Amino acid sequence: MATVTFDGATRIYPGTERPAVDKLNLHIEDGEFLVLVGPSGCGKSTSLRMLAGLEDVNEGRILIGDRDVTDVQPKDRDIAMVFQNYALYPHMSVADNMGFALKIAGTPKAEIRQRVEEAAKILDLSEYLDRKPKALSGGQRQRVAMGRAIVRQPQVFLMDEPLSNLDAKLRVQTRTQIAGLQRRLGVTTVYVTHDQTEALTMGDRIAVLKDGLLQQVGTPRDMYDTPANVFVAGFIGSPAMNIGTFPVADGAANFGKAHVNLPRDVIANIRPEDQGQITLGFRPESLDIVSAGTQDSFPVVVEIVEELGSDAFVYGSLTQDMAGTRLSSGAGEAQIIVRVDPRRVPAKGETIWVRVREGEQHQFHAASGERFDI
Amino acid sequence: MDWNYISYYFNWLFGEIRNFLLVANNPGQKIFLAVVVIALFVAVMALLLWLVDRPRNPRGWLVASVFAGPALLLIGFGLVYPAIRTTYSSFYDRNGQNFIGWDNYVRAIGEPEFQLVLRNTALWVFLVPILATAIGLIYAVIVDRTRFEKLAKTLVFMPMAISMVGASIIWRFVYDYRQASSPQTGLLNQVLVWLGIEPQQFIIQQPWNNFFLIVVMIWIQTGFAMTILSAAIRAIPDDIVEAARLDGLSGVGLFRHITVPSIRPALVVVLTTIAMATLKVFDIVRTMTGGNFGTSVVANEFYTQSFRYNDKGIGATLAVILFVLVIPLVVYNVRQMRKVEEIR
Repeated sequence: MATVTFDGATRIYPGTERPAVDKLNLHIEDGEFLVLVGPSGCGKSTSLRMLAGLEDVNEGRILIGDRDVTDVQPKDRDIAMVFQNYALYPHMSVADNMGFALKIAGTPKAEIRQRVEEAAKILDLSEYLDRKPKALSGGQRQRVAMGRAIVRQPQVFLMDEPLSNLDAKLRVQTRTQIAGLQRRLGVTTVYVTHDQTEALTMGDRIAVLKDGLLQQVGTPRDMYDTPANVFVAGFIGSPAMNIGTFPVADGAANFGKAHVNLPRDVIANIRPEDQGQITLGFRPESLDIVSAGTQDSFPVVVEIVEELGSDAFVYGSLTQDMAGTRLSSGAGEAQIIVRVDPRRVPAKGETIWVRVREGEQHQFHAASGERFDI
Repeated sequence: MDWNYISYYFNWLFGEIRNFLLVANNPGQKIFLAVVVIALFVAVMALLLWLVDRPRNPRGWLVASVFAGPALLLIGFGLVYPAIRTTYSSFYDRNGQNFIGWDNYVRAIGEPEFQLVLRNTALWVFLVPILATAIGLIYAVIVDRTRFEKLAKTLVFMPMAISMVGASIIWRFVYDYRQASSPQTGLLNQVLVWLGIEPQQFIIQQPWNNFFLIVVMIWIQTGFAMTILSAAIRAIPDDIVEAARLDGLSGVGLFRHITVPSIRPALVVVLTTIAMATLKVFDIVRTMTGGNFGTSVVANEFYTQSFRYNDKGIGATLAVILFVLVIPLVVYNVRQMRKVEEIR
């Protein structure tokens, strides 16, 4: 088992100016499950492929354990990778697919067979060992791809969106299976996904990337409770956080007639480049429905109600007298998401009054988008 | 009205039409006739298709026969009938008059003259597909994803565009022989002279001349093999190649364990297609040696026997032998093609 360290690792694709991955510094502990997450094109897959040795590292180093593997061939890095499309060899049986790396490495046949059978047992594939990948379902193929990685008993597992080709229900099932398997095997795992739910549910820690730059690393709780900047705040959490930029006056952020009181430290730390503005974020569950006209509340016109059984979310827009206030959420510009009691759901077109619960807002610098450091 | 008069009138009308349509004496009339026949064909087909479309639920066999019928008829006239006719002739003597049983076959297999022909054909069918495919495959792998890929592929593919007769003439110049004392006009012999070796009569020296003829066919077919195999190699997903690299393969190992098995169906299609073309090879032998100097192959010998020695029986026999040899290749080829389609 081993740790993984990205030490200022940079990848610049030939013919492009902007690095796909820019000076990535990341340390992954032995046995840790780290999820790289971000929107498409953020460099998460490139980072993984650099670790695998499938992409060159233009600057910096990559270490597995104490060994610098920056210029080591992929096969000598003692890693195993699960690909998005599984990359099973179509002309080989399941057993041959799983044991192929060992065969190339010259492992005795009996040992290959034994290790393949063990892995097949763990993954519930024993009865399919003689089939070709073509004769398997999507979920089974995914498990064969996992099996191929397990059989190698590597130092590090690399997984590149391994669940994205499964249907929603199977994805949720397999998600917990993979996470459970990883805990049991205790192998350091780097997992790439664009799905923040997957990241939150599977990872010991999450690393959020955007435009090749690492935004924040932390436990799922950290990411949710104290996002380091506006991007992470908007990316982590489903439904997404409501974010808006408001003028600050009299120790509070003002939008329309509503005020959100800000801590004194925050007021003191507003920088000149923020120009007297502050970016506030509040999660859908941080909004209370109150009666009309309550102090500091503002009206929201209900557009859509999403009922999930245990929860219900209102997707609404601000009314006319709030015009000029810029607010957005994962649902789009000028939209606001409110979690409501699933047993008392407002009707479409109705106007509800909501108020930000005291102290539950996230404060960011209006200019840089960074979280107030308090 | 009088029935006699009507029948007389129609007889006259049909006669006129027949004369008008079937007697074509100058190019203008011939072109007009061709246009009329094509128009007639289109009209008849349109009528048939219109009729079959009339009923609400046309019967399956009716639709099938209207669509496939004309093609089947043409195949029947153009292929099946001649095949049966040829097989029939192969059991008769040179004039096609006396039934002589298997005598022609016994001759074709027994006489040294024909044994040489069969040996040459075997040599061709063995060497051309294997060498053309091997060279095409290696070439495709080497130029794949290089900067000059397009140019390199075009160069190898171009011979495909040359007719076999044209290619043979080109190569006859390459092999051209002049006495050692006079300047060489053939490229190959000039090279030999530069290297200090005696010029050789490539086309005449037996049995090596066969190999020099085979080179021409390989030169033509390599482009075909390269094109198909290159496309097949391209179709191998990148992530499979990457997975193989992670599993410890590179270079020759990658080629042997991943590339070749992945393109196996395409390889078989290429091999059998070239083998079929080679079995039927005629133009190259005809143009370069005319089948002399021990270079004749089945297709050439069949032509020589039928149309130069006027031995219809043995000619037909050779054609049948050729036909029988091609059948298994065709069957295998079609099966593999279906497999390729299935994988897609």
